[in-house]
Amino acid sequence: MQLKDITPDQVIFWHKGLVSFNATILFTWIIMIIMVLGAWLITRRITSDAQLSRWQNLMEIIVNGLRDQIREISRQSPGQYLPFVGTLFLFITVSNLLSVVPGYTPPTASLSTTAALAICVFVAVPIYGILKRGVAGYLKQYIRPTILMLPFNIMGEISRTLALAVRLFGNVMSGMKIAAILLAVAPLLFPILMHALGLLTGLIQAYIFAVLAMVYIASAAQARKETEEKHLKETEKKGDKS
Amino acid sequence: MDSISMIGLGSIITAGLTIGIGAIGPALGEGRAVAQALSSLAQQPDESNTITRTLFVGLAMIESTAIYCFVVSMILIFANPFWDYIISKAGG
Repeated sequence: MQLKDITPDQVIFWHKGLVSFNATILFTWIIMIIMVLGAWLITRRITSDAQLSRWQNLMEIIVNGLRDQIREISRQSPGQYLPFVGTLFLFITVSNLLSVVPGYTPPTASLSTTAALAICVFVAVPIYGILKRGVAGYLKQYIRPTILMLPFNIMGEISRTLALAVRLFGNVMSGMKIAAILLAVAPLLFPILMHALGLLTGLIQAYIFAVLAMVYIASAAQARKETEEKHLKETEKKGDKS
Repeated sequence: MDSISMIGLGSIITAGLTIGIGAIGPALGEGRAVAQALSSLAQQPDESNTITRTLFVGLAMIESTAIYCFVVSMILIFANPFWDYIISKAGG
């Protein structure tokens, strides 16, 4: 990837007709291979003995941490959110952290990858909302507090998807751009510092992407709980009276 | 001035103005957010986990406005559609 290329989409290895094979696809596949192979190798020999292998230990720490974070943010049981949000977090984390490898360009530096991830969130929000509250209950939150808010709620839904995509793209792309510019200006030690900063930014951005996805999903799935609590309180009051 | 230099001049000046002005607002906002978070950390050290997490998420939301400006200025410099058009016109 040269300085002029703004996304790894522009680095094309093979081209035929409408189909082109660019750096984004290549590195996404590499990440997929690494993650799937790693998960398969680790979980192949999983034990519940006191003597853990160190990879299983790592896996348990990751999964436990994800579950704790999801439980804290959504205040619900993390079981059903873990596959989706955890996958988003792990994919973005691996793709950002691998950027220390020379010759690697993170696929999250391309707007098509981040847009695809954001669209996944955009689709997952109504799915989780409908699963939790039913179609009518989910659609009702669009006309809350009044029906006048309907266009604003829809606009908010679309604009936050756009923001999710552009935020991740802009952060990762800016990190790479700065490293490339510094490599041209002061090529000795300074780019390493910016790379280290890029690692921190990449991890934080992955965390933020997952947290925001979780917050959006939880907000679509949560209102039912409030009405349930209200119902519970009312029945308690009735119980007190009788 | 011919149109090639007009487009080049306009793009570069606009890119600089975009990132320059666009960095002011988020910088002020992030400064306020961090100052507020520090003072609440000093008051309630027990809540540091929640405060730090909310601070990071909030900072990322604030920072995204600066990131939008950065993306626009990068597009103006490296992937400018008008520049590509005028160059392809002049070349071919």
